[in-house]
Amino acid sequence: MSTTTSLGHIDMPRPRRFALPIPRLPGWAVSWLQVGPLMLILSVLFALPTILFLVVSFYDYDRIGIYPAFILDNYRDLLTTPATWRVYLSSLKFAVIVWGVTLFLGFSVAHFLVFHIRSSMLRTVLFLLCAIPFWTSGIIRAIAWIPFLGRNGAFNQILMALGATHKPLDFLLFSDFAVIVTYVHLFTLLMIGPIANSLAKIDPALIEAARDAGASRWRTMVDVIIPLSKTGIALGSLLVFTQVMGDYFVVKTMSGGQSASIVSMLSTEITAMQYPPASANAMVLVLFVAIMVACMMRVVDVRKELVK
Amino acid sequence: MMVGGPSRAGAVSEKRPWTFYALGALFLAYMAFLYGPMIVIYVLSFQGENGGVTFPMVGTSFTWFADIVKPGQMANIPISFSRSVMLATVVSLLTVIFSVAAGLGFRRRFPGSGVVFYLAVASLVMPSLLVGFGIGLGFQFLGLQTSMFTSALGAQLTWTLPFGMFAMFAVVNRFNRSWEEAAADLGASAWQRLRHVTLPILLPGILGVAMGAFTLSYDEYARTTLTIGQNNTLPLEIYALISSATSPTLFAIGTLTTGGSFLVIAITLILVMRMQRRRNAAILKAG
Repeated sequence: MSTTTSLGHIDMPRPRRFALPIPRLPGWAVSWLQVGPLMLILSVLFALPTILFLVVSFYDYDRIGIYPAFILDNYRDLLTTPATWRVYLSSLKFAVIVWGVTLFLGFSVAHFLVFHIRSSMLRTVLFLLCAIPFWTSGIIRAIAWIPFLGRNGAFNQILMALGATHKPLDFLLFSDFAVIVTYVHLFTLLMIGPIANSLAKIDPALIEAARDAGASRWRTMVDVIIPLSKTGIALGSLLVFTQVMGDYFVVKTMSGGQSASIVSMLSTEITAMQYPPASANAMVLVLFVAIMVACMMRVVDVRKELVK
Repeated sequence: MMVGGPSRAGAVSEKRPWTFYALGALFLAYMAFLYGPMIVIYVLSFQGENGGVTFPMVGTSFTWFADIVKPGQMANIPISFSRSVMLATVVSLLTVIFSVAAGLGFRRRFPGSGVVFYLAVASLVMPSLLVGFGIGLGFQFLGLQTSMFTSALGAQLTWTLPFGMFAMFAVVNRFNRSWEEAAADLGASAWQRLRHVTLPILLPGILGVAMGAFTLSYDEYARTTLTIGQNNTLPLEIYALISSATSPTLFAIGTLTTGGSFLVIAITLILVMRMQRRRNAAILKAG
């Protein structure tokens, strides 16, 4: 028998089910119970370590160990080295180019799959075709370009067979070109996914309405489809941008040692156990990424769009 | 303004607009771009015994596939593969539990939701190696040994949990709350509503999260390298291999992975189709 009676329900017939004597939790408490584990894990494993290397970035160090201190030398050394600025600039250049290319490719592919493929079975199969190479290790996918783009590689063979060139092209491999191609190959899916998800939510009636009102294909695209898919565009951009900025092996492997990435520079310091300068470097990278992400979130309020 | 396009009536008739062909061609080009180098490595993985990692092919053989399991230089591949699968399974399981719960929690506004949201965004965009660096540093300060199911697992969760939560937002958004209300009106308890209404409807999305988390973990390199301790996972082993010596064995691994992926996807598709058919049959019977 139930013992909980609230004022409004005194005369209601009681449910026959045996009611547990636990009080009903308010909505916010239920939400916190549901979100709590995730929040706890991220706090301990992401927020705390980040605070830790913020602290260490002010430490002093020598060849033997690191010492608690509050000095700014690590930052001064980092920011007064021309190599730092060079690496940041080249990473930024890669990030912008790759962002542009993957956005165009990703949007076009997503648009094709969502609006032009009518059979949902075929759409699923084509989506899977886009996703399958993602399952092969990124490292293997990166080095797969080496036999493809190399001097005797497949691409040069094709070009020469077509008579497009007499001598194999050398700039294809171990160059900025190879780095960009590899990034685009690795990261376009990160654009396709979120954009396709946004596009799929657009009510087809809206597009029809635009067309009935006399809008050209182009105007429908600019005034209806793109504004309605901006959450996907923002999420995809966020992922691609941060992946390129945090890249570890693509630049190292595909540039043939001509350029370095911020993270590979950082990992050299970590292997040398120079934790304080590595931490300072990490903090600068985190700040840089955070500013770029904050700018993107200003343009598109991802939160409002995602959590309805 | 209409660049060679059909009239507006094109939407009504079944005639394809010119953009269909343009985008279709672009899609095919993207497929060629995506699979071109993959096909090259599939071919090269059958390279002859004396051949190298580039063309030309010197005969054909299965040497490089045999090399994967042969004791000796590559002996670590099978065991690191099994480690990767174990870790990815655990990561995927935990991600599903915690991010599905979080996705459901975000369905109502609650104080502090902004903090959780932005913490997840920050965790998602943090350069991967730095997460591993921070966790490794923390373990060192605490005098703990890094290992696969402590530090490495944690480092991977900081990436799969936000991913899972965002994916769940998309899934949950399409969920109509009135279904749950209907169940409540019919006298279903909170548990019954979750078990018989909410979870079955969300199931395809949840499977997607599980598969996504598995993939992210299985291929994770930068977060894991500083947190794994003694025993390498497959991506770390592969990275060690390309830094030491290059042989078509790496390509053979790629070929096997793709074959395995196709197999898993085929099985999943068949299962999902069966599930849908059974559900449709149940609806027909009930309705």
